[in-house]
Amino acid sequence: MARLTIDRAQKRFGSYLALDDVSIAVEDGEFLAVLGPSGCGKTTLLRQIAGFDKLDGGRISIGDRLVSSAQTHIPPEHRKLGIVFQSYALWPHMTVAENVAYGLTVAGVRDPERGKRVAAALDLVGLNGFSERRPGLLSGGQRQRVALARCLVTEPSLVLLDEPLANLDVHLRASMEEEFSRFHERTGTTMVYITHDQAEAMALADRIAVMDRGRLLQLATPSLLYREPANVTVAGFIGEGMVLPATILSAPQAGRCKVSVLGVEAVVRCRSDQAVNGQAKLCLRARDIGITTAGENGLPATVERLSYQGGFFRMEARPANSQNIVLHLDAAEPAPAQAGEAIRIAITDGWVIPESVSLDKAA
Amino acid sequence: MSLADPATLRTRVEETGLLWGLVGLVALLSLLPIGRLIVEGLAPGGQLSATALGKVMASPTTWTATWNSLTTAIAGTILATLIGGTVALLATLTDIRARNAFTFCFVLPLMIAPQVTALAWLQLFGPSSTLLKLIGMAPPLGSRNPLYSREGIILLLGLQYAPLVFLTLRAGLRALPKELIEAGLAAGASPLTVLRTVVLPLMTPPLVAGIALCFVSSLGNFGIPAFLGIPGNFLVLPTLIYQRLSGLGPGVLSEVAILSLLIGVIAMAGILLQDLMLRRRDFRITTTSSAARPFELGRWRRPVEIGLWAFAILVLAMPFLGLLSTSLIPAFGVPLNAKTATLANYAYVLFEHAASKRAFVNSFLMSAGAATLIVLICVPLGYFIVWKKSRALRLLNLAAELPYAMPGVVLAIAAILLFLKPLPVLNVSLYNTIWIIVFAYLARFLVLGLRPVISGYLQIDRTLEEAAQIAGAGLPRRLVTIIFPLVAPAAVAGALLVFLTAFNELTVSALLWSSGAETLGVVVFSFEQGGDSTYASALAAITVLVTVGLMASTTLFAQKLPQGVLPWRD
Repeated sequence: MARLTIDRAQKRFGSYLALDDVSIAVEDGEFLAVLGPSGCGKTTLLRQIAGFDKLDGGRISIGDRLVSSAQTHIPPEHRKLGIVFQSYALWPHMTVAENVAYGLTVAGVRDPERGKRVAAALDLVGLNGFSERRPGLLSGGQRQRVALARCLVTEPSLVLLDEPLANLDVHLRASMEEEFSRFHERTGTTMVYITHDQAEAMALADRIAVMDRGRLLQLATPSLLYREPANVTVAGFIGEGMVLPATILSAPQAGRCKVSVLGVEAVVRCRSDQAVNGQAKLCLRARDIGITTAGENGLPATVERLSYQGGFFRMEARPANSQNIVLHLDAAEPAPAQAGEAIRIAITDGWVIPESVSLDKAA
Repeated sequence: MSLADPATLRTRVEETGLLWGLVGLVALLSLLPIGRLIVEGLAPGGQLSATALGKVMASPTTWTATWNSLTTAIAGTILATLIGGTVALLATLTDIRARNAFTFCFVLPLMIAPQVTALAWLQLFGPSSTLLKLIGMAPPLGSRNPLYSREGIILLLGLQYAPLVFLTLRAGLRALPKELIEAGLAAGASPLTVLRTVVLPLMTPPLVAGIALCFVSSLGNFGIPAFLGIPGNFLVLPTLIYQRLSGLGPGVLSEVAILSLLIGVIAMAGILLQDLMLRRRDFRITTTSSAARPFELGRWRRPVEIGLWAFAILVLAMPFLGLLSTSLIPAFGVPLNAKTATLANYAYVLFEHAASKRAFVNSFLMSAGAATLIVLICVPLGYFIVWKKSRALRLLNLAAELPYAMPGVVLAIAAILLFLKPLPVLNVSLYNTIWIIVFAYLARFLVLGLRPVISGYLQIDRTLEEAAQIAGAGLPRRLVTIIFPLVAPAAVAGALLVFLTAFNELTVSALLWSSGAETLGVVVFSFEQGGDSTYASALAAITVLVTVGLMASTTLFAQKLPQGVLPWRD
């Protein structure tokens, strides 16, 4: 049973289409990340699920209950979900304990039950000594934990997280990521996690919904998203994919086909129903290409720049026959070539983007 | 709408009920009196006629007065903004000492009624100035007082309303997180550059709100141009209306109604401009951090302190001394010295004069009641205006400005027109009771409470409310437990402005009072009219002292109040 079903959701701000036919079905207990650059519509989507805005078209259901459509709108206070806000949104005039207890008070839970649950929630986030403090006196990480405790104390079946780590420093992020992960495992709550950070999304989510300009581009597991991007935008956005024009030379066989790219031939992964046509787009990752060993054939190119990444170099190279393309590849230490030197590049793997042709026409 | 569950339905009923209740209330307070005026202007006595309109528009006096109103209000606002803005920045952001005492003094003029201020200033410079006589510097008898001029009016308007800009800007500066200033300083910017590029841009909402408040106040001010303008036949719209009313010819009510609508139009233009300026950008600040550390003035600290105090003494304490000195002499014109000084005037107004004693109780109860009611209206009203972006209320927000932009006499006329006959259905007459004055106070001072509340809302991160909503709290509960505490400082600042203004108000009650329903302003005015300047000064001095006393007593339990609630305290 899907806990959260978004069906062809549409939201307009004036003439601007902020959500354009977005459909996502989030499974019960799933951790879904909604990933995209700022302005892609991910926050709009969250506000629709929460009920802060009214939907212009389509439907949103939580469990079996229709909460949003063009005709129906259940107000946020009756949706029984939890949100962790980017700004934490802790009430400055209440203590930590009062902040956490608020949802219980509203729900009619009284002491000692309420006190017990608040203490348990604070204990869970490691803040049991802090109940009488004011939020203004806490650090960013502590505020985040209070926000998490406040959201989870009422045990909502659906939790929305709006870029919860965006205001934290890197070290804290890693530990909070772990914390979210543990929470998800322990509580089994369905979580929708809004972020623009793909590393965060990849590390946490069961599935990722990639959004751009109000549209859902692809909904897949992190691994599938990385290995088999559905379109050019996802290919470029996830894992710094290089998108190159290619010609399909053979029909797919065991998930692979022969293509011609930048004047050389390569065998790459593709869909089993990939048509043999002249214009395709190929997605290459840095690890899909490498410098050929002496004597082997390959794509002639010139090294432009080397940057040390710790243990290996990120190398940027310009193919001799396509000066407007820059390829990047990983080169082991010590550097096999210096900037300005000529190299030959072998393409060992890649992915034929299935929708590239139709999407290009649409764009 | 398709069928909704009972909980959703209840929420919807609560929210729409509250919204329409507020719409009705604001319409009752602002649109009804104005509507009644418009009807009177277009259809005098119920007969549709353009005669009055044509007569007013054809009169050159109308346009001279309009021009005079505009120039004095704009120049006065500029002066008030320069003074109030500079003082707010210096007194809030720098490390000057005795900040509380200075702030206290600077806010004092707001508590002195404009006509008292005008009178006191005239006393300072005039040939019969008790104070100048005291030091032997009074100008020769018969010489002209320099304050009887356009410039004099501008000067006093500027000084009278500088605290309004000061209070709103200061409230905004308190909410400015220190990180924003420190980030600027850390980027290598000098304090002045940070002021120009960080502080002032973020202070746009309170500054613009203060300027707008100042403009409508200057435009509607009656006391200052009445005392400084009428003797030199320099008329602004409010004094023109007052003069026409005094004439009391047939159809004069309709002419006055048209003139007041003209002021309403000018005030609306100013308010629309404010709305336009604030709509362009996002000024929200999330305030979880403590207030900014003051800038160190270093060797400039003493000169700045001396400058501020010299200013305060010169323009704020001097008029009060003028008032005091006149209140201590047995008869007007008698020089003040150890032999003539007497407290008889005080004894008379405090213990002998019945109306004067009653007026203390009336003014206090009516002002406190109006301030409380206005806060209770403004907090939910501001919520709908700012956060729900309710179009109906945005228009009503503009409407709420009108009763304050109008000169008090005109609102008084509107109230008389409304309540002369007993209320329909209830068959109760408010006329000749204190309730007609309370109604006028609510209508007139609603905007004084609303402005600070709105700028308070503009600076609150709305996710704080959304978090409560997600926690399951309905609007009534959110208003009480989340929203009210968050806007409390702004709301109390607004309530205080309402109280102080109403407590010393004269122009509304002058026409609405009845025996048993006198206000302090009325009693002071009737003393002054009767030539008892010494009683008037004594009573005015007492009102100032009582108000100062009230302020001081609130300071005693300031620790229990949330920070930033008392505008004259750090």
